[in-house]
Amino acid sequence: MMNTIRRLLICTVLLLSSAAWGEDKVGDEATEARLKAMAVELRCLVCQNESLEHSRADLAVDLRNQIRDMVRQGKNDQQIMEYMVARYGDFVRFRPPLKSTTAPLWFGPFVLMALGGLVLMYTLVRRRRRVNIARLSSSEQERIRTLVANNSAAVEEDGKA
Amino acid sequence: MTRYLIPLGVFVVLAIFLALGLTLEPRIVPSPLIGKPAPEFTLPQLKDASQQLGRKDLLGKVTLLNVWASWCVSCRHEHPLLVQLARTGRVNIYGLNYKDKREDGLRWLEQLGDPYIVSAFDEQGNVGIDYGVYGVPETYVIDKQGIIRHKVIGPVTNEIITTVILPLMKELGG
Repeated sequence: MMNTIRRLLICTVLLLSSAAWGEDKVGDEATEARLKAMAVELRCLVCQNESLEHSRADLAVDLRNQIRDMVRQGKNDQQIMEYMVARYGDFVRFRPPLKSTTAPLWFGPFVLMALGGLVLMYTLVRRRRRVNIARLSSSEQERIRTLVANNSAAVEEDGKA
Repeated sequence: MTRYLIPLGVFVVLAIFLALGLTLEPRIVPSPLIGKPAPEFTLPQLKDASQQLGRKDLLGKVTLLNVWASWCVSCRHEHPLLVQLARTGRVNIYGLNYKDKREDGLRWLEQLGDPYIVSAFDEQGNVGIDYGVYGVPETYVIDKQGIIRHKVIGPVTNEIITTVILPLMKELGG
């Protein structure tokens, strides 16, 4: 809780102060479009749940300018992504690549879902076994028939009386 | 009996995972640079703009590279520890004055003491980006060959110095 508050405060302070020092050097339309497409995929490490596109942290401004420069230098998306990952690690990507260290992240939910399904099946099968469907013997069937017949006869007599 | 043990077991496992999650610090992102050569740089020195500091100046000895700035509040907390550490004479500390104003940086060193052999002046923050700096202060342990061995994100504490930095520097032959 304290941490959350502290982080919010840090973000607020950075938000307020960013105008004072970082400035986005906005380029031409094509550059901005490329930047935007890349920046929504990248995490701002200062305000971690914000993308580089939306963050107003000073570092995010610097990194946006860096990406603009790289776009102007004719670097492709993959090169720019590699540049970012080399410095900040896979954490900088909102969609981490599939590899051994990120496998639990990608497959964990499916494994858990399969486990849940197995537990559910097991419980259902066990429950069905426990409920015995009672089978009546032929003599019991006969008794029921006479009881029903007697009863309806009695009802009819009551009606007449 | 198992009726009660299974849910209890599930609960205990869940509680352990959640408790572990609470102790993790989400702000600390492991650096991909650990075990890799420290990025190349050449910057003017803070105290003398006509002199430079580069990666090659760090080679041949185990060094601490401390990223700091006069606008950084946590730096103020760790600074006395760095001054104290430098005074022992056992540790080579270099500084990277990150996105600061030269006169502010100089005033900081004058008022609070200067633990650095040399501080480089990274006004634009480009070297900071190459080093993956995202939360000043950050401190890198760099070995004799110029390989980054460890990175402390946030202010160093007495505990980090005695349990992590000094043993690691000793191991690296510093």
